[in-house]
Amino acid sequence: MAAQQHKVLPGFHLALGYTLVYLSLVVLIPLAAVFIKSSALSLEEFWAVVSAPRVVATYQVSFGLSLLAAAINAVFGLMLAWALVRYRFPGKKLVDALVDLPFALPTAVAGIALTALYAGNGWLGQYLEPLGIKVAFGPLGILVALVFIGLPFVVRTVQPILEDLDTELEEAAASLGAQRWQTFRLVILPILLPALLTGFALAFARAVGEYGSVIFIAGNLPFVSEITPLMIITKLEQYDYVGATAIAVVMLLISFALLLLINLLQAWTAKRTGRNR
Amino acid sequence: MAGAATTLHWHGDHASKYESRSATREAPWVKGLILGLSLTFFAVFLLLPLVAVFVEALRKGLETYWLALVEPDALSAIKLTLITAAIALPVNLVFGVAAAWAIAKFEFRGKQLLTTLIDLPFSVSPVVAGLIYVLIFGAQGWFGPWLAEHDIRIVFAVPGIVLATVFVTFPFVARELIPLMQAQGKEEEEAAVVLGANGWQTFWHVTLPNIKWGLLYGVILCNARAMGEFGAVSVVSGHIRGQTNTMPLHVEILYNEYNFAAAFAVASVLALLALVTLVIKTWVEWKAAQAQAAIEK
Repeated sequence: MAAQQHKVLPGFHLALGYTLVYLSLVVLIPLAAVFIKSSALSLEEFWAVVSAPRVVATYQVSFGLSLLAAAINAVFGLMLAWALVRYRFPGKKLVDALVDLPFALPTAVAGIALTALYAGNGWLGQYLEPLGIKVAFGPLGILVALVFIGLPFVVRTVQPILEDLDTELEEAAASLGAQRWQTFRLVILPILLPALLTGFALAFARAVGEYGSVIFIAGNLPFVSEITPLMIITKLEQYDYVGATAIAVVMLLISFALLLLINLLQAWTAKRTGRNR
Repeated sequence: MAGAATTLHWHGDHASKYESRSATREAPWVKGLILGLSLTFFAVFLLLPLVAVFVEALRKGLETYWLALVEPDALSAIKLTLITAAIALPVNLVFGVAAAWAIAKFEFRGKQLLTTLIDLPFSVSPVVAGLIYVLIFGAQGWFGPWLAEHDIRIVFAVPGIVLATVFVTFPFVARELIPLMQAQGKEEEEAAVVLGANGWQTFWHVTLPNIKWGLLYGVILCNARAMGEFGAVSVVSGHIRGQTNTMPLHVEILYNEYNFAAAFAVASVLALLALVTLVIKTWVEWKAAQAQAAIEK
């Protein structure tokens, strides 16, 4: 029995007790506040808040664009991870280090930088707008911001799996007459798939909750380019605390579902690759 | 672990291993295509925004740049950012070590659940992270009336900013240390205890040297987030210039006032901080790989 084993190392009760108290005070009790506060609403009132047309429009913007951004990142992130592991090219170490930039760069900085690039008079915007492509202050701008913040998730989940991949598998496939593309599709991709999906889910989860990098470039037009987190802020600014809380409950439930999905995907990754993480 | 993407890991360069064998390399045009597409994507989505920050910051000359950084509101924003990080970092560091010690060195029921719960703040939207403290400490919150009675301000004041920052940076150190300490096992510590070392001696002389790179790694990532957090802090700050503005919030205010040069000047300091973070991070990865290689020899 685990509970009855003799513990040689000291500090178990202190460390675990401290962990549980701190976790409860900082994370669990505050998060419970959202659910308790929302119980002030009856089920009909709650539903009326979270299914109001303007709020539903924000779900469509947030989820639709987050899915699209995560999909773009899955494709280009896989290519970038592949290039970083398999190819030699000048500046590789620099590229590898800068992939984590979205983790380190404050989101507000990313937001204003992207807006400066894609606004009508910006570096890229001045060439795109004459072509009829309006990026900043619309849904496309949100997409660009979400691609920016999501990229490292895919690269950093796929890269270690790719590094650990046994070359013998590919050699066996080649010696049995497989084309390179067949080897990739039938041998490599199935091994990478759980990690790729994990990276996709992580990028998606991050994008759904993202606020700082998006609000500068979004334009924040109701029914067009409002994201769900902004809706919470808007309700708060109108002193509609209960309304803000109701939307927060929806977002939290989605976060928990995504967390569960990501844990399952990571267990699948570990099973398929034999890696213990 | 959920939310995890950056963990201490040195990506050694083994590309020549693949490029030298026909079974593991692509046709030159495929390689060119993959390299071209992925690097263009990298340049447009990551490199260009970074360059834009510095170019926009210096657009109106060095003097404007400097003045934007030394004006009183900017200085107080820098100060508040430093104070916030100086509080959030140690408390989450102590928590991270305690959590990793309990989870990695002992067996108990509910361990998997605890590990998942520690990761929770990563999957919560920053806006929701700010909202929860408004619900607890705000005027209409649980402790609102009591706090008002005693004239204590938490929300729309500095304590709220610190709390929100502690929440969003909560998992960083723990998440770095748990897998590291699990992989290292507990034989070394047990040997030390059997030889007569007490708990603290064991930790300082056996555990800490083994985890120092992981610890440093968690701390720098935690610091970057603490100094750069925007969404959560924005909800609880109240945006009072010179009082409850951190650097990212100061950037927002300047930007919304169309004072772009100043906004980018302050932003460029944060971008520099991000670059320094990445440099230290890469250095730590390299040192940790060296230490690992030395053990394996």
